[in-house]
Order: sequence, then structure tokens, then C-alpha cells
Amino acid sequence: MKARPPTPASIPSKLTVNFVLPYRSEISSKEVDMVIIPATTGQMGVLPGHVATIAELKPGVLSVHEGSETTKYFVSSGFAFIHANSFADIVAVEAVPVDRIDPSLVQKGLADFTQKLSSATTDLEKAEAQIGVDVHSALNAALTG
Amino acid sequence: MAMAALRKEGRRLVLSSNPSSFARSAVFSEESCPFGARSVSTQIVRNRMSSVKNIQKITKAMKMVAASKLRSVQTRTENSRGLWQPFTALLGDAPGVDVKKNVIIAVSSDKGLCGGINSTTVKVSKTLFKLTSGPEKETKYVVLGEKGKVQFLRDSKKSMELSVTELQKNPLNYTQVSVLADDILKNVEYDALRIVYNKFHSVVQFIPTISTILSPEVVERESESGGRLGDLDSYEIEGAETKAEVLQNLTEFQFSCMMFNAVLENACSELGARMSAMDNASRNAGDMLDRLTLTYNRTRQAAITTELSEIISGAAALSH
Repeated sequence: MKARPPTPASIPSKLTVNFVLPYRSEISSKEVDMVIIPATTGQMGVLPGHVATIAELKPGVLSVHEGSETTKYFVSSGFAFIHANSFADIVAVEAVPVDRIDPSLVQKGLADFTQKLSSATTDLEKAEAQIGVDVHSALNAALTG
Repeated sequence: MAMAALRKEGRRLVLSSNPSSFARSAVFSEESCPFGARSVSTQIVRNRMSSVKNIQKITKAMKMVAASKLRSVQTRTENSRGLWQPFTALLGDAPGVDVKKNVIIAVSSDKGLCGGINSTTVKVSKTLFKLTSGPEKETKYVVLGEKGKVQFLRDSKKSMELSVTELQKNPLNYTQVSVLADDILKNVEYDALRIVYNKFHSVVQFIPTISTILSPEVVERESESGGRLGDLDSYEIEGAETKAEVLQNLTEFQFSCMMFNAVLENACSELGARMSAMDNASRNAGDMLDRLTLTYNRTRQAAITTELSEIISGAAALSH
């Protein structure tokens, strides 16, 4: 593992991002302008010089802004660490680029889980259905928004 | 001169074979052939040659299997290496932290014939056990894999809290490992989890490695007292209601990620070790086969020579 540099005195112009999944390092030490992270407390824009933060992620869209280009990923859950030296580490369990999501399957899944939620009897079933509904509505929002 | 050297080789082979079975060694040493016998039967050498040849075929096949599996596991292992780095950047690695309840998670393999990687894991775990145990302290083992379990059962049965086997029946994936991590967290009480595994370096090199995961309470204590994790206090924490809750989620997630990398690294090392062990075994079998063939041919030639000289001397006696 490469050592991280100490916090510089002035704010650097770029943010260094690591975005890792269990099966791949999606982004590794890439310098970008901004990332928007789906934290549980709401969407969080991270620019260089952001205050050091530990944030839990919820299902949602992670967008990476680099110049005029924007890459959007849908992440399931995980953690984001923003360090004082303008490094951002994002660890997610699963992530896919938004353009690879099939809208018709999302609609179908959403309908399925909504139906399951209404018919759930035990707490466990309810919780599982609720997670399904949350993920699918987030997916839906990612596709439409 | 060359013959003498070769004969020495042949003699050494006799010594290395099982000395208790008289029949087998009798084949090789000409002195012990029955009195009056013309030549020695080569049947047993032939049998042994064919068995060595079969063993060589098996070890070669095992090497091939290990090599082909290694390729895919190695890619996955290398891809999973990014996973633990953010945690280490945030929380650091504190193998020397002094806490009361230690849990040592020894990662080993289910199958043998893979060199010394399991003994290495066990040795390192036992040393770690000695280092972390002391008065008013409690250290427990959690063992993954059949081979490690067998070694721990011999003398550390009492400290074994949990053992999990047949982890590698299906290709390792994150879901499976996080379920396993969840199981471990439910069953043990800990202040620090120490995962012992072999980190894959190259096909012939593995580095015994210890990853330390601290419990949320210890993380909080260390960060507040400004110890090893002093920097953590400067981070703003967003997410659940309290800091403790986020830290709990964080350490559990860290554990599952570290575990995922550890089991993959160990699986990769296992395959690499098996590959080189089987390569050595095939080479040894080849050497042995060469020596046996030499002995066999020499014995046969000696018999022919004896017969020929008998016939010739007989004919010579008659012609006079």
C-alpha cells in the first residue's frame, strides 16, 4: 500500500479518489474535481479540502465529476472516508454504472417488493421487503433523475 | 569411475527404501540372492517402477489442476487488495495493541499436500497466543479450514472457540465471507480480532500476515485517549444516531472486508504452495524412476552376461 501524503498547507485543486469493491478497484488514486456521495444523511458533495468525515452510504447514485465528464455509479451500501489531505476513499459492496441498469427490471422488482411488503407477516419478511423497496426506489430515482 | 558413482546412487536407493521389507531390498543387493540362483527376478523392480510412474502421473495432474485454479484465484486476490486499504488509511494497523479479550482467527486450508502453509499459520497463531495471553487476559482461537483445525485440536482444544471447514467448496465470494464474518462476530466476545493468514507474494513465496481489527469500544477508547488512533477524533461522523453505532458498523464492515481479502490471499497461497509441492514431487518421482530404471537394466544385463559366459565357457570346454 502506498503511503498517504500529509495534509498540505494549502488546499489542492484536485481530489484524489479511491473507489473499491470486493472484486475490483473501480477507481484507484484518480484525481478528480468532485464526487457526490449518497450518504445516509443525504447527498454529499465532496470537493478538495473537504473536512475529514466518515460517512455511511445508502443505496443511491455516486457521481464522479472530472472536468466536463461525469461518471455515475449506483452503489448498494458501504462507507466513505474523506481525509483531511483531500483523499476520498469509498468502499462499497456492489456498484454498477447507471447506464447498465435495465429500467423494465427495476419497475418489475419495485412492484414485486411493494407487493411483498404489503403481504409480509413476520418482522424479518417485512425488513427484507423494505430493503428491496428502498433499493428499487433508489434505482428508479437514479434512472429517472 | 562413472560406474562407481552410479552404483553408489543405486545403493543409496536401497537404503532409502523401506529396510524392514526384506523382499524388496533383496532385489537390489546382489549379495543376498539365494545360493545357487543364476539371476535375480526383476519383477519387483518392475512393479515398483510402474507404481512410481503412476505416482508421478498423479502429482503432475495435481500440479496442472493447481496451476489452472491459481490463475483465476490470483486475479481475484489481486483485485480484492484494494478493499482493505481505505480501512488501514483510516484506522491504521495496530498489531501491538494491548487488550483483554483477543480472538485469533487462523485461516488454513481444507486439503493437504500444499507444503508448509498450514503449519506456518498454526505456528504464527500459537506465537501470537503466547504474546497476547497473560493474567486477566483471555485469548481464543477461531479456526478456518480442516488442516488447521487438526493441528489445533492436538494441544489447544480448550482455547478453540469455533471452527469452520469446507469454506472453499464453492468459489469464494464476498456474500459468503460476510455471512461467515457475521457468524464469528455473533459467537465470540472480543476486544481485538487478529486474522492470521498467508499473504500471496509469488507462486513460491507466501508471507505469514496478521491483520488486526479492534472492537468499536477499543477504537473509541484509543481515539479519545489520543493513542494510536488519535487522528480519528478529528473526523466528523455522519450516518446513524450516535458515534458508537457508526463505529460498530464500521468495524464490522472492516472485519468482513479484511476477512474477504484474508481468505482469498490464503486460498491463493495454498494453490501456489500446492503447485510447487507437486512440481517437486513429480521431479523427485522422475529422479527415482531414473535410478530404478538404471538398476533394472543393470541387473538384467548382468543376468544376460552371466548366462552368456556360462554358455561360452561350456562350449569351450566341450570343443577341447
